[in-house]
Amino acid sequence: MNKWKLLMLVAGLLLTVGVLAACGNAPGDAETDEGENASQGEEGSGEEGDTIEGSVVIDGSSTVLPIMEYLTYEYKQEQTEVETSLSSSGSGGGFKKSTVGEIDLSNASRPISEDEKATAEENDITLHEIELAYDGLSVVVSQENDFVENLTVDQLRQIFLADGSATKWSDLNSEWPEEEIKIFSPGHESGTFDYFNETILEENPMREGENTTLSEDDNTLVTGVKNDPYAIGYFGYAYYYENKDSLKVLGIDNGDGEPVKPNAETIQDGSYTPLSRPLFTYVNVNSLKEKPQVLDFTQFVIENAGAGAEEAGYVALPDEKYQEQLDKINELSEQ
Amino acid sequence: MNDKVNYSHIKGRVMKNAVVKWIFIMATSVALIFLALLIGRVLSQGVGYLSIDFLKNYPAPYIEEAGLFAGIMGSLAMISITAPVSMILGVCTALYLEEYARDNKFTRFIRVNVQNLAGVPSIVFGLLGLTFFVYLFEMGYTLIAGALTMSLLVLPIIVVAAQEAIRSVPSEIREASIGMGATKWQTIWRIVLPAAIPGILTGSILAFSRAIGETAPLIIVGAATAIYSIPDSLFSKYTVMPMQIYSWTARPQEEWQYVAAAGIIVLLIILLCMNAIAVWIRNKFQKRF
Repeated sequence: MNKWKLLMLVAGLLLTVGVLAACGNAPGDAETDEGENASQGEEGSGEEGDTIEGSVVIDGSSTVLPIMEYLTYEYKQEQTEVETSLSSSGSGGGFKKSTVGEIDLSNASRPISEDEKATAEENDITLHEIELAYDGLSVVVSQENDFVENLTVDQLRQIFLADGSATKWSDLNSEWPEEEIKIFSPGHESGTFDYFNETILEENPMREGENTTLSEDDNTLVTGVKNDPYAIGYFGYAYYYENKDSLKVLGIDNGDGEPVKPNAETIQDGSYTPLSRPLFTYVNVNSLKEKPQVLDFTQFVIENAGAGAEEAGYVALPDEKYQEQLDKINELSEQ
Repeated sequence: MNDKVNYSHIKGRVMKNAVVKWIFIMATSVALIFLALLIGRVLSQGVGYLSIDFLKNYPAPYIEEAGLFAGIMGSLAMISITAPVSMILGVCTALYLEEYARDNKFTRFIRVNVQNLAGVPSIVFGLLGLTFFVYLFEMGYTLIAGALTMSLLVLPIIVVAAQEAIRSVPSEIREASIGMGATKWQTIWRIVLPAAIPGILTGSILAFSRAIGETAPLIIVGAATAIYSIPDSLFSKYTVMPMQIYSWTARPQEEWQYVAAAGIIVLLIILLCMNAIAVWIRNKFQKRF
């Protein structure tokens, strides 16, 4: 019976400690006030000078996550006192938080929408767009597919649109086999789908149902396309590049009769159109001005985004572009 | 003698007995085979990536430096809040429903609803946590908000398990206790609870195992993916093991899948340890009536 009492005592103690800690920390100001976080960091050391302290809160696209993880990791090596917190709730999820001022940087694999901009304005928040890298959305088929090499944008529309005319490969080209086209596409929540939807489908509904597989996990799409000679899919360039032995990337013809395949050069110089897309992060301009750690981190991000892009399997911007953006940030912070 | 006649007489029943036995063995082995396949695959992929560094490193963009430390500490911190909160609330609820509440339509309505809650998708609890803990109580995207959301998630499971355990305490010993002049509270505290604790713990173990493996509600209440500090207060930013594992499996580079497998091994080991502790406590209190 004594052990029983001891158990209850321990459980009770745990709860009391929890409640006490909760009261001691003034729950009211925990997160809504970002300044609180910054001052928490200062408790640790009293020294002043070059070391920067505080927290930087980042959220947003999971496509951008690998680049941002590289950047936060490398930044931690330089500025050990700054605490970065990086989440990935998707481009839209990030904007939901950044447009109400909950986070400092919002990663996105698509530009901010008009609605999101309006929300930000209502809350007196300005989000400044920074391009981190390029990604080439790659349209792929299996290596086992021996008939397709290139597709035009029109053919893509025939395949992917709900009222498109091609459900069999032979509908596109009479020499191709009379087999159903199986579509593998990222889910409708993802920025990758948004981008494809906008540039290729032009916001018309995509084919759904029997021969269509939607998945938020790009590796599922890779596996699906890999094993089926009549499948077609699209996703970020990194996923093609890592599986290039089993996938065949298609050249995309933008209507001028010259199909272009995605690779580092064609994505960077923009000749792979219309499917090369920039990856962004949006920084809250108020944070930039008020929090030295956010300014310092943002500068670090722009200076090192190129290396991060390559580490993560994306394509870096030309150097001048990073320099321009860095100048712009310095300008903004001094206003 | 005439053995033959006897056997043919029951032959049909013997056959049926054998068939049913094999059906049950098959059913068990299906579950076991898939468990073995899962563990085998995870082990073969992940063991090579397990190391002390993997346990004590923070997340990193490089495979050889990536680690699960932030996730391990985050998960432990979270479960050490979730466990007492949900146990105390859950057992109290079950005690009220079983010992005090009158058996009328309203109580039955509550019981059915608690059971239904146990089957609600976890993402719904995430939204609940976001609305109440993160925004209404202004806790923000912090450890305490995540832990309380998880407490809500496992609460119905614990209530149902505790109800079953309390109900299975024979009413004779309750009556004996009352008959000896003990009050209702004394009976509950000294007789019913000690007898029910093994059952309550078994249910709670299952519930906590679910909590430690959940990602969906935590994404909603703002758990981080990459963080380079461990929680030092209830209002810290945090991450948990399954968040990190999930982010690794989504990477394009194949090797990250193996890192994720290593993460799964660590998660399984921690789960096993938690269960072992609970089984140990349960055996301490085991009493047969």
